[in-house]
Amino acid sequence: MTDNNELIRLSAADLAEKLAAGEVTSVEVTQAYLDRIAAVDGGERGVNAFLHVNAEEALAVAAEVDATRAAGGAEAEALHVLAGVPVAVKDLIVTVGQPTTAGSKILEGWHSPYDATVVERLRAAKMPILGKTNLDEFAMGSSTEHSAYGPTRNPWDLDRIPGGSGGGSAAAVAAFEAPLALGTDTGGSIRQPGAVTGTVGVKPTYGSVSRYGAIAMASSLDQIGPVSRTVLDSALLHQVIGGHDPHDSTSLPDPLADLVAAAKTGNVEGLRIGIIKELHGEGYQAGVENRFNDALELLKEAGAQIVEVSCPNFQYALGAYYLIMPSEASSNLAKFDGVRYGLRVLPEDGPMTIERVMGATRAAGFGDEVKRRIILGTYALSAGYYDAYYGSAQKVRTLVQRDFEAAFTVADVLISPTAPTTAFRLGEKLDDPLAMYLNDVATIPANLAGVPGLSLPGGLADEDGLPVGIQLLAPAREDARLYRVGAVLEALLEAKWGGPLLAQAPDLIAGVAGSASSVVEPVETLEAQEAK
Amino acid sequence: MNTDAILSFEEAMEKYDPVLGFEVHVELNTKTKMFSSAPNVFGDEPNTNVNEVDLGMPGVLPVVNKAAIESSIKIGLALNCKIAESCRFARKNYFYPDTPKNFQTSQYDEPIAYDGYLDIELSDGTVFRVEIERAHMEEDAGKLTHMGGATGRIQGADFSLVDYNRAGVPLVEIVTKPIEGAGSRAPELAKAYVAAVREIVKNLGVSDAKMERGNVRCDANVSLRPHGRERFGIRSETKNVNSLRAVEHAVRYEIQRHAAVLDSGEPVIQETRHWHEDTRTTTSGRAKSDADDYRYFPEPDLVPVVPSREWVEELRATLPEPPAARRKRLQADWGYSDLEFRDVVNAGVMDEIEETIAAGASASVARKWWMGEIVGRAKNADVDPGQLGVQPATIVELARMVEEGKINNKMASEVLDGVLAGEGTPADIVEKRGLAVVSDDGPLLEAIDAALAAQPDVADKIRGGKVQAIGAIVGGVMKATRGQADAARVRELILEKLGVTV
Repeated sequence: MTDNNELIRLSAADLAEKLAAGEVTSVEVTQAYLDRIAAVDGGERGVNAFLHVNAEEALAVAAEVDATRAAGGAEAEALHVLAGVPVAVKDLIVTVGQPTTAGSKILEGWHSPYDATVVERLRAAKMPILGKTNLDEFAMGSSTEHSAYGPTRNPWDLDRIPGGSGGGSAAAVAAFEAPLALGTDTGGSIRQPGAVTGTVGVKPTYGSVSRYGAIAMASSLDQIGPVSRTVLDSALLHQVIGGHDPHDSTSLPDPLADLVAAAKTGNVEGLRIGIIKELHGEGYQAGVENRFNDALELLKEAGAQIVEVSCPNFQYALGAYYLIMPSEASSNLAKFDGVRYGLRVLPEDGPMTIERVMGATRAAGFGDEVKRRIILGTYALSAGYYDAYYGSAQKVRTLVQRDFEAAFTVADVLISPTAPTTAFRLGEKLDDPLAMYLNDVATIPANLAGVPGLSLPGGLADEDGLPVGIQLLAPAREDARLYRVGAVLEALLEAKWGGPLLAQAPDLIAGVAGSASSVVEPVETLEAQEAK
Repeated sequence: MNTDAILSFEEAMEKYDPVLGFEVHVELNTKTKMFSSAPNVFGDEPNTNVNEVDLGMPGVLPVVNKAAIESSIKIGLALNCKIAESCRFARKNYFYPDTPKNFQTSQYDEPIAYDGYLDIELSDGTVFRVEIERAHMEEDAGKLTHMGGATGRIQGADFSLVDYNRAGVPLVEIVTKPIEGAGSRAPELAKAYVAAVREIVKNLGVSDAKMERGNVRCDANVSLRPHGRERFGIRSETKNVNSLRAVEHAVRYEIQRHAAVLDSGEPVIQETRHWHEDTRTTTSGRAKSDADDYRYFPEPDLVPVVPSREWVEELRATLPEPPAARRKRLQADWGYSDLEFRDVVNAGVMDEIEETIAAGASASVARKWWMGEIVGRAKNADVDPGQLGVQPATIVELARMVEEGKINNKMASEVLDGVLAGEGTPADIVEKRGLAVVSDDGPLLEAIDAALAAQPDVADKIRGGKVQAIGAIVGGVMKATRGQADAARVRELILEKLGVTV
């Protein structure tokens, strides 16, 4: 048996191999992760990546996989490659048997009566679900500080943000609390947390992964995707969750490409990689810019052809995004009214009318950032303003799509830094929404155009020693290209670093108060989780 | 209570020219709902025909029901509309507890069918063309029941219950262009238009088309303008007028009310009105203004609906015969005179007669029952004949009993009353009420003996060959048996008794 500390640091692909070879059991792997969660996630200065830990069910699924494998025969043969490999799920995605809060008080204690399609697919692959990860309330934020259940901390520096909205999923993977996680990306909520935590995150082509069961923020922008520590691991998870779903009308009918094979291609020779002029340089931290240039150099050495492209309308993308997203969100969040489920708050005095109960519920249940976006969106859709705001934003969206189309005539893949800066300090931008919004400037164009994007670790910034993310973008339906280029770049970078970037992350155990010992007995862990 | 002043209809017509407009909502009878796989069934236990989509649970997404699109296209084609090559759904945002998502998914600026017309035949055969602006798809809301108040309305209620079974039921809303030039025939045209729409959707098989169940619901817009003026007056919209008679009455009432308002020099208020069947009046509902802001925007969870031209033509080819052609055919099949048939159509019992004939009655028997018995009862009860709940099988059964001599026509009418009163099947009622024609010869023979003994001279006449004199004896027997004897059998027995062969 492998030491637990080593076990949790293995990639999902390596875990899968060890499970298949019978070198380790899924129960051992799952328990190791549950122990890790117990050790680093709770407490005053815990990572707080998880809102709910699903120990009992995860271990039961793990035991089932182990039994199937032990029995051998056709059923063991038929096990999915990731069977028994645990996964964490962003708490925006509904799950039977566990609460789903969307990071909001308004859904506190709510249990979904149905599973999201992606969760059904995780279950079909027999992947133990470790629990639900923290996020900005309804995925609205870039720091996970807008969670109603407290911020998640960045494992690289517990005083810094892990990005958002999917800070919980990224931090869980970065802190070795899970090998894999699901995120959702509306304007960068998978990729930007990936960048600032030194992990990999992919926003698939819009429509290539079912949104059924992802609590909608902005329906035309939202997309579920994988979070992992390696490019290959994301490809493996993407392959599980992707493909057509009749429950999602916007789901593409195309069969999913072989993304795992793409991640194993191993060369970028002759590929044209386009630097987007508008997505680096001014406004980008020097250390970010340096690591971006390193990546370009490595790709060039590997035989890729580096070209420069201009996407002039990207400068309007952030503005358009902050009209379309809140417009759709204002409508999507109307259903949270206290009538059918979730929080219900009665007005303190006065008549008990439905309008007043709905008002009191929404006033008490939503946080400030959610209210800000509902108000923005309601305003933008109002008669007399619709054309100027929502209408114009849709035109910009079309222009951004055209910029991408033009760029992809001269480049096979586009490249940029994922975020303009490394992780900022907790609280630093909480009172400045505009500064917070700017964090998504490089990730938003992909959501507006529906094209896929991948963020992978590009190294540490010189000035602060924090992770920098490199973003790759491909044409719609060409997610495979991201995995091909991403895996090659990852291999080149890791060769340069002498191992994964996360190996350079500080040892959390020493940093987490109240977790003096790194060895936690499984039984105690479970009890500790129950008490949590 | 309602205190609105009204003018007489005649006076209103002298002074003003009515302009009408209708929004008819048709509930489709698809197996499942517009955007979910929950069953579309009327009358089940509240909140049983719902799933997570209908309840607007977090994370759910709609999927358009293809059968509903097919039905909508058929309706569009039957209304002589163009069918959009591509159309979208939009969200109509408003907070109300009967709408689980707090927005209704509805077509807005891109209806599936548009620019059509319907030729409406009035009672005297005049044909009036009503222009159709659009027919668009949307989802129904849940049903609110207001509890604790005296009126069943929200005002004065203590609380409300909501049933989401109806939430998400597919609807097609058919909107007319303004209807001008109907003059004093406006109320009649209103009724005939809604009847025609109901007939079309029923004929297409896309809706159960039962107005009493809300399968077809009408919002009637009325405005008046002085004769000769082109600009329309301010309109009122009377909501959910849910029977054909009510449509006629509501339009008539609103014309009279508008006329009185205009006469008083006050402006008509643009508002929704509620129809009250009991008083045959409307009362003010919600003031409606352009300030109602539903913040429509294209539904991002659905892709455009793009009916291929091949599909549209396929559907056009399968359309059933149009109602006007059907009427011609039925009249010929049934052998009714023009007058008889028009009476049937005007009484609104053509479908019922067709069903009755299909159930086994002859055309003349079906007409006799519906026109002779049921229409009158409906009038007395102030409902549409179809709403009385008479089953075709009941009529067939009654007709059979009369034919077999078990009961006579007078009794049959009484039995029908019993059926309508819920006393059971015709056979039950005949039994319970002791209505059977006396067919046991024993008691009859006694009565015949008594009658012959009472009128020996008549008996002699019959014996002598004057058979026509038998009426007096038969009459005596019928009187003695309080009409329950089978007169034909009585006649036979008398002749037998007297040894006369005819």
